[in-house]
Amino acid sequence: MSPDPRTYASRRQIGVTAHGLSERALALFAEGYRLALVAAHDDGEGFRVVYLFVAGSPDRRVELILRTDRAIPSLATLSFPAGRFEREIGDLFGIEATNHPLPRRLVLHQHWPEGWHPMRHDAGPPPPFGDIDEPYPFLTVDGTGVYEIPVGPIHAGLIEPGHFRFSVVGETILKLKARLWFVHRGIEKLAEGKVLADVLPLAERVSGDTTAGHALAFCLAVEEARDWQVPEQAQVLRAVLLELERLYNHVTDIGALCNDVGYGIANAHAQRIREQLLRINKHVTGHRLLRGAIAPGSTYVRALPEPGVLAGIATDIQQLVDIALDNSVVMDRMAGTAVLSAEQARDIGTLGYVARASGIDHDARRDHPFTPLTAGVAAPAHTGGDVLSRLLTRAAEIHNSVALITELLSGRAALGAETTKPTWLARGRTSGVGLVEGWRGTIAHRVEFAPDGTVSRLKIVDPSFFNWPALPVALADTIVPDFPLTNKSFNLSYAGNDL
Amino acid sequence: MSTLGVVVQVVLLIVVAPYLVGVMRQVRARLEGRAGAGAGQPWRDLRKLFRKEPMSPAGSSWVFVAAPAVLVASTLVIAAVSPFVATVSPLDGVADLFAVVALLLLGTVALALAGLDTGTAFGGMGASREMTVAALAEPTILLAGFALSARVGSTNLSAIVERGQQSPGAVLSPATLLAAVALAVVVVAEAGRLPVDNPSTHLELTMIHEAMVLEYAGRDLALVEFASALRLTVLLGLWANLFLPWGVATTASAPALLLGVVAFVAKVAVLGAVLAAGEVFMAKLRLFRVPELLAGSFLFGVLAVSSSFFLA
Repeated sequence: MSPDPRTYASRRQIGVTAHGLSERALALFAEGYRLALVAAHDDGEGFRVVYLFVAGSPDRRVELILRTDRAIPSLATLSFPAGRFEREIGDLFGIEATNHPLPRRLVLHQHWPEGWHPMRHDAGPPPPFGDIDEPYPFLTVDGTGVYEIPVGPIHAGLIEPGHFRFSVVGETILKLKARLWFVHRGIEKLAEGKVLADVLPLAERVSGDTTAGHALAFCLAVEEARDWQVPEQAQVLRAVLLELERLYNHVTDIGALCNDVGYGIANAHAQRIREQLLRINKHVTGHRLLRGAIAPGSTYVRALPEPGVLAGIATDIQQLVDIALDNSVVMDRMAGTAVLSAEQARDIGTLGYVARASGIDHDARRDHPFTPLTAGVAAPAHTGGDVLSRLLTRAAEIHNSVALITELLSGRAALGAETTKPTWLARGRTSGVGLVEGWRGTIAHRVEFAPDGTVSRLKIVDPSFFNWPALPVALADTIVPDFPLTNKSFNLSYAGNDL
Repeated sequence: MSTLGVVVQVVLLIVVAPYLVGVMRQVRARLEGRAGAGAGQPWRDLRKLFRKEPMSPAGSSWVFVAAPAVLVASTLVIAAVSPFVATVSPLDGVADLFAVVALLLLGTVALALAGLDTGTAFGGMGASREMTVAALAEPTILLAGFALSARVGSTNLSAIVERGQQSPGAVLSPATLLAAVALAVVVVAEAGRLPVDNPSTHLELTMIHEAMVLEYAGRDLALVEFASALRLTVLLGLWANLFLPWGVATTASAPALLLGVVAFVAKVAVLGAVLAAGEVFMAKLRLFRVPELLAGSFLFGVLAVSSSFFLA
């Protein structure tokens, strides 16, 4: 009896054996599904691994559920993201993926003692750091004139920690290895055994720039698990908040991209526009980063954003982009730089604007809508896969976001709505999945409740987890001074990647 | 009395250099719609840094410690000998084009060696890039200098400046104009300004000049910062006096020196403001395009030399 004791309207659960897993997965991939999330669970008497596959138009969600004592068959040869999920599970739960092509540590750095797996129920407090039993396996590139540039994890600017190892000849990058996982806060572990009100603030803080996205994905997961019907009015407000978050982040990054090529004036003006948007956020929700508006079963704002003002901002930013790209040097720096081909983007499993700029059209607003009003978002028009395409994709999304907000707010002017929590019926474990198109891409949350109503497991997947491996691929054969620009054009979260 | 001219000139350049950087930052800030920190900020930064303890990275040698001193000293020598305020100077014999170019290169090489001496990847990377830019920029300085000295028959800077004052029309000759363009590009490259280098970036991997000096702290950093401000002032001052020689004192009298000081400050301030304003509309070139830019300026230098012989 692997699946939950109840069924769900929009999600199919299928128990599988270790033997049948890869066959089932293969069949799902053939039907157009992608792997959105893999969550392991320590049930005490054994482990349970849940593979969530999703497909869009129409919205389909299938979970394969596998029970195991300590090993799972690896799907790494079928799906690149699966291999990364399996390494994560290997570190955090000590479940081995058999026949994994790269059975290395991913999350836990080498100084963590062998055999300590923090997500197990009996893990206990963190042990003291041990000796590094094996050095980090950086691939050494040999050859005449090849040298290595190590950068970080501490950087000159105010950015998150990450270590990058460049193997270069002259200025050309032969290989880049990104070593992340310096910001593990144990969010998933912290959520265990807590009541809803204590977990929501955790979800809001997964990645500081994606407050609304992660809060909403968590709420959608909770609401599915508890059959919690949310009024359409609240769903509309949620969609508006999601777009407000997209707006201020896209504007910030367009400015930062211009700044990285030394075009400071564009950044100065992008910062001005960003400040306007943050003040709108404050006016709407009482918090510049949109905290506190979205909660399970409800959404409340203090005021509605003014579509006219937002339209003015959209015109402003469009002008800024036009001025920046009129500069031939800015154009030269961005066009053709760090191309991620459609094939690479698909194989790696990228999401969000990174995927869309390479012509892979994933968008949860259309593929997995929580309100039918967002199902009509426009497909991307820029598919070159270079820095310029990523910038233009985001500029176009700003325009579409403002149009969407205007449409969402037309004729629906309530400041909030809620449904009270459904009475809890103890009938064993329940689970729920939330899929949300945050500004970086599709966010997935999967929550499980114990019979007493506390959260027994929360699995969070930020799109950064899927997109990080694409960065070194796009950078092959570009030059070292173009790395910061490329990195900014991806703008992946270090914290969202490393929970 | 002519010694007074040298003293005035050196003191003036020391005082003015950080203010020049401050003015340029302020111009840029205002044009971008920012408030800016004020023209005095570089001096306040230097005062703060001079009070702090210098640190040397583990394993670095005397080269690292000596480089800022060499850099400042070589630039100060240029400040003393070149005709910025007055052409009459007891050091006149040293004010030779080749000497000045050699002194500029001495400072560049000292800093590049210090960058290598730190043993970090950034130091080496910055040094390699700086040397690439310097190797492409120095020949252009010499060529442009030849174009100017061919007319005068001497590579003495004072002689070139005095000749320019005597025959103002020569400033508009093709040779001079071509040399002015060539030298302007080189000044931008040597001073590490946009579009060659971005002095305000925090991105280690894109840096040229800043990458070499990342390991400096305290007094040593203050010296490096001061030297780079002084270098910028010297380069702008040389350009100004070679192509706009008016106001430079040809006698060591007090009024002439005063006029020389005012003219120098005005010229450098205007050039700095123009450079800063130009930077607002400019982005940083891809590193591999920088040689193309410098090759272009070299071409202008070649044309300047040819036209100084054929069209003179």
